[in-house]
Amino acid sequence: MLESIFQIIVFPGFVFLSVAGVFAEYIDRKLYARFQNRQGPPWFQPVADFIKLLAKEDIIPEEAEPKLFSALPVVALTAAVTAIFYIPTWGLNALFSFEGDLVVVIYLLTIPTLAFFLGGWTSTSLYAMIGSVRTLTQLFAYEVPLFMAVLAPAILADSWSLSGIAAYYSQNPLRALFNLPAFFVALVAIQGKLERVPFDIPEAETEIVAGTFTEYSGRLLAYFRMAIDIEMVVCAALLSAVFVPLWVNAPALGVIVFLVKLLVMIFLFALFRSIFARLRIDQMVNFCWKYLAPAALFQLALNFILKGLLN
Amino acid sequence: MGKVTIPIGPQHPALKEPESFAITLDGEKIVHMNVNIGYNHRGIEKSCEGRTYTQAMYILERVCGICSHTHATCFIQGVEEIAGLEVPKRGLYIRTMIAELERMHSHLLWLGVAGHEVGFDTLLMYSWRDREIVMDLLELVSGNRVNYGMNVLGGARRDISPEQAKEILKGMDLLEERTKYYIQVASEEVTLIKRLSKVGYLSHEDALKLGTIGPTGRASGVDTDTRRDDPYAAYPELKFKVVTDNHNDVYGRVIVRLGELIESYNMVRQLVNNLPEGPISVKAPRKIGPGEAVSRYEAPRGEDIHYIKANGTEKPERVKVRAPTLANVQSVAKMLENGYLADVPIVIAAIDPCFSCTDRMIFSIKNPDGKATGSMDWKALREYSIEWHKKQGVDFSKAKIR
Repeated sequence: MLESIFQIIVFPGFVFLSVAGVFAEYIDRKLYARFQNRQGPPWFQPVADFIKLLAKEDIIPEEAEPKLFSALPVVALTAAVTAIFYIPTWGLNALFSFEGDLVVVIYLLTIPTLAFFLGGWTSTSLYAMIGSVRTLTQLFAYEVPLFMAVLAPAILADSWSLSGIAAYYSQNPLRALFNLPAFFVALVAIQGKLERVPFDIPEAETEIVAGTFTEYSGRLLAYFRMAIDIEMVVCAALLSAVFVPLWVNAPALGVIVFLVKLLVMIFLFALFRSIFARLRIDQMVNFCWKYLAPAALFQLALNFILKGLLN
Repeated sequence: MGKVTIPIGPQHPALKEPESFAITLDGEKIVHMNVNIGYNHRGIEKSCEGRTYTQAMYILERVCGICSHTHATCFIQGVEEIAGLEVPKRGLYIRTMIAELERMHSHLLWLGVAGHEVGFDTLLMYSWRDREIVMDLLELVSGNRVNYGMNVLGGARRDISPEQAKEILKGMDLLEERTKYYIQVASEEVTLIKRLSKVGYLSHEDALKLGTIGPTGRASGVDTDTRRDDPYAAYPELKFKVVTDNHNDVYGRVIVRLGELIESYNMVRQLVNNLPEGPISVKAPRKIGPGEAVSRYEAPRGEDIHYIKANGTEKPERVKVRAPTLANVQSVAKMLENGYLADVPIVIAAIDPCFSCTDRMIFSIKNPDGKATGSMDWKALREYSIEWHKKQGVDFSKAKIR
């Protein structure tokens, strides 16, 4: 009981995720800056930004529904935090696990996106509404390839639970190599989920100011930003749990291995962000259905065949 | 969501200067677009009338932060023409060199802005870093980074020493290498090409009809360049080719500007290597005129035109500035026809607009009932102008218009 409470609140729960989110943002920004030949922010910059936003006034548009408007950032934050409980972090076993928790994690990761959409829609600003329509359009484009790409390893492992997948690939690490195409599909689709270049279309600064977040300010914006940071960590953890068969079942060493995996993922995210231009929404949808979805389907078919051959 | 009209400007992150574009959208598609200019009247033309020619030159240098040398030189050329001054060769060479260095930093700046508008911030950071090379050269030569103040009536203000010449040549080699890299990036980076090609399409016929100039026109195959067609300063003695392209889209405009950069490097090399000996300026009279002159100059953004009327005193009677953006801005509405909202920032940026240089005061004319109206149609404007000229003693009411 006590251990569970500790795990929920401290590690890998809320406290760890908040700290990790802040540091992930720092590392992402620093790497992005170094890729661009800039100095980049000091290590405390994301914390300073967060504290500054907390101290600012919350402005709620008159036309908006105040309760919904202020509840959405918290909903996004909670959903992102909850997802980590089903993902194996430092050891092979997640905090909670059951057959099918893979679907739950994907579902929980969709909630922040829906919160962004509703947040933009309820703020009734034109820029925010266009941003939220784009958020939803984009969701339909990347969600299917992402789900299929994460499902493919599960098919081969014959378990729809993330802990089960981790256990299977830690026994047969080489079989994870079969999933490389799915890994790339998931990596690209995750950029859409996190709304980062080349898929940062919903918050394209030069077109629609800040997109869905245009009307958000102060504490509420701070929560949204924290939710995005935590989502980034959770997505990195999900990718490394499903696709990287590298596990040490010892507490201290396990945590270090986990953090290294996170860093590698965040490095890849930052690399993506610095080498591409932002696509247009129609190009993005085209790309996802023309290339990502078939690639994910191919992987699914491949894994069905492999499953018959290997197991 | 039905049809909505969203305002881009007067304040918007995509715009660096206040300007208003009202865009009617159906989903992501543009249905209609309205361009409104006139937010940034600064009264520079009028203030020139109260100043001496030298002072007016310094005021005009501040018309634009990017093409400052353009406006100063364009003005000073006209004044020298009225005064009949023969500027020494060396002075002309130095002027031309600053002009080309200015074109380089303007185009490199534009490349970065274009990258930013399509969400490719890495390109922005890289090209602005390389732009520092040419900014440093300008500082080395003139002492300033933005408003160089290299002109005096009758020549150039500062001479160029052999050491400076060496530094300039070194900088050109470095910049040429970097520009070739950007040409490679522009021709290979998939997302960049996707965002730029077939965007902001302006056919050759439309480009001619709308009177586009500079790189915007040249990317639609309009082969005009004041440097070649009506050469001034040291351009008659330089070998260069006018870069044109027939992509007719934003991608073509990138190609044209990158090509012009390479041409500029070669021009500066020619200028430095063939710098003639002699004085850099001649003494100019304080009182100029009477007389009038129209001066043309190829700015980085297109042709810049100044009209100067002198009345024999030390102050100009009238100065009129036509900045190149005025000729290009109306083509934006054509380029965005059937376009996407996402293309608005890059298409606006692709003409390399300089709104503050373009804007003049909007004179709102009163109706007979005494209420001010914001705009006039063509007929009302014609009637107003006939009335106005009648008061000056000329009757245009019988003049035929096409």
